[in-house]
Amino acid sequence: MNTALLIAPLAISGLSAALAALISLTDKIVNNYGECIISVNGGKKELTVQGGSSMLATLAEQQIFIPSACGGRGSCGECKVKCTTDVGPHVPTEMPWMTPSDLKNNVHLSCQFKVKGDVGIEIPEYLFYVKRYKATVERITDLTHDIKEVYFKLPDGVSTNYKAGQYAQIEVPPYGKIKEPTQRAYSLSSTPNDPNHVEFMIRLVPGGIVTTYVHEHLKEGQKLDVIVPFGEFHVRDTSATMVCVAGGSGMAPFKSIFTTMVEDGSIDKRDVWYFFGARSVRDLFYVEWLSELDEKHERFHFIPALSEPEESDNWQGETGLITEVLDKYLVSDNLKDAEKEGYLCGSPGMLDACMAVMRKHDMEDERIYFDKFA
Amino acid sequence: MNAPDIGLFSLFFASIFTSNILLANFLGMCSFIAISKDLKSSNGLGLAVTVVLTVTGAANWLILHYILIPYDLIYLRFIIFILVIAAMVQILEMVIDRVSQKLYITLGIFLPLITVNCAILGVSLFIEIREYNFVQTVIYSLGSGLGWWLAIVALAAIRNKTEKTKTVPAGLQGSGLTMITIGLMALAFIGFSGMLSVQ
Repeated sequence: MNTALLIAPLAISGLSAALAALISLTDKIVNNYGECIISVNGGKKELTVQGGSSMLATLAEQQIFIPSACGGRGSCGECKVKCTTDVGPHVPTEMPWMTPSDLKNNVHLSCQFKVKGDVGIEIPEYLFYVKRYKATVERITDLTHDIKEVYFKLPDGVSTNYKAGQYAQIEVPPYGKIKEPTQRAYSLSSTPNDPNHVEFMIRLVPGGIVTTYVHEHLKEGQKLDVIVPFGEFHVRDTSATMVCVAGGSGMAPFKSIFTTMVEDGSIDKRDVWYFFGARSVRDLFYVEWLSELDEKHERFHFIPALSEPEESDNWQGETGLITEVLDKYLVSDNLKDAEKEGYLCGSPGMLDACMAVMRKHDMEDERIYFDKFA
Repeated sequence: MNAPDIGLFSLFFASIFTSNILLANFLGMCSFIAISKDLKSSNGLGLAVTVVLTVTGAANWLILHYILIPYDLIYLRFIIFILVIAAMVQILEMVIDRVSQKLYITLGIFLPLITVNCAILGVSLFIEIREYNFVQTVIYSLGSGLGWWLAIVALAAIRNKTEKTKTVPAGLQGSGLTMITIGLMALAFIGFSGMLSVQ
């Protein structure tokens, strides 16, 4: 009886081990695609990789981080890449994310196909520079009652390469009831001319995993993973008038953009109108700095607007929703006939409302820029 | 070992037709009904089931006779047979992924589902109950696989035809009519069982 008790588990575990060995052996033989060459952006970069893993994982090994919120499970639809060679038909798991033009242009989810031979892909150029760093919190400042500014120092000797206006992903460790590391996107408010630091403005979102962590748990001196940079939001090099609209922590990319424009002098070379919406005076910040810019630089205009000013605020400026104020200014003499570019940062609802107003005043969709990730 | 006294050809023929694993034993019904909507996928799945059946039948016979019986572990046969089936399906999945991307995508989720196809476990258990020897085991597993393949392709072809006619009452469309069709097919197959049987 005793030997039987021993033999049964032994037999099962022995057999399982043998089968597992057989599976991994087959995996080694069958999934051995040898060395494959991934040609990125028409040969601008050639990567020699070991085939057999998903494109997303293979590129991550090569330090190219395609944006992916779900980590390769095919449930976020963000890791799209355009393939210039045949990588097989679209699989059912990626179909929900494919638009008709994606299907036509051979766009695939990079987590859903394996590298099985030489392939060509096209990805946005900035992804070459995306890197993951362990950043140290150097300073946390309260901007308003619900927005904190967090200033990170990157490891010594590291310098980032991003354009003012782009965003980064912050990863917070598991805490409380949250069992997995969580990543969220935040616009960089620091300037690229300070390449050893990154800075963010983070508004407390009730129930938000990362914002709650930042507001309630994050301490100076602590280290967090920061992946930087992402996004297509940056100043286009034209002479058109910039119509910038932001609300709340949407200030972040504009702090970066205006600081950089002051530094390189371009703030005096084109007209900039900055509309900033808030509820009441206690939600306003950086007003002094922006008013000073307005005074010093003739072509820079700062228009703060409060939607619900309190009586004690003694508010003299614009009131009403930011869209109403924008609507009013877009028909003013200054802006009516100018060649315009729109720059937006804020909640998805605000973005859509501002887009509608801009469209109404004949601004072209292709010249309205934003990164929607909230 | 008292292997049953049955000719190899008879065993092969019987396992395909008169004792068809699907239509005489009604094993492996779920994928039979789900996949038979489409002729092409049925064909692919039939092939996959045949290969898995043959390989696992043989592998399980070896394990049964060289490990389970000598060490008196026969009561572990369910769990061990399932383990072997799961491993074989994994391996087959990798091989198909490599060899034919098209078949891999067509089979999709149904390939891993072969693991829980009761026809596969059923065949392994029949082999034990009927005390086949190794050659008989291989013939019987292969025959059962081919029988399953034949049945699903036949059903898919019939469904293809019936779906094109507009005379099926609404209440019977889809699985309703499929169940009736399977019943009629089973009658036809069992009709031959007087000729030859391995039950």
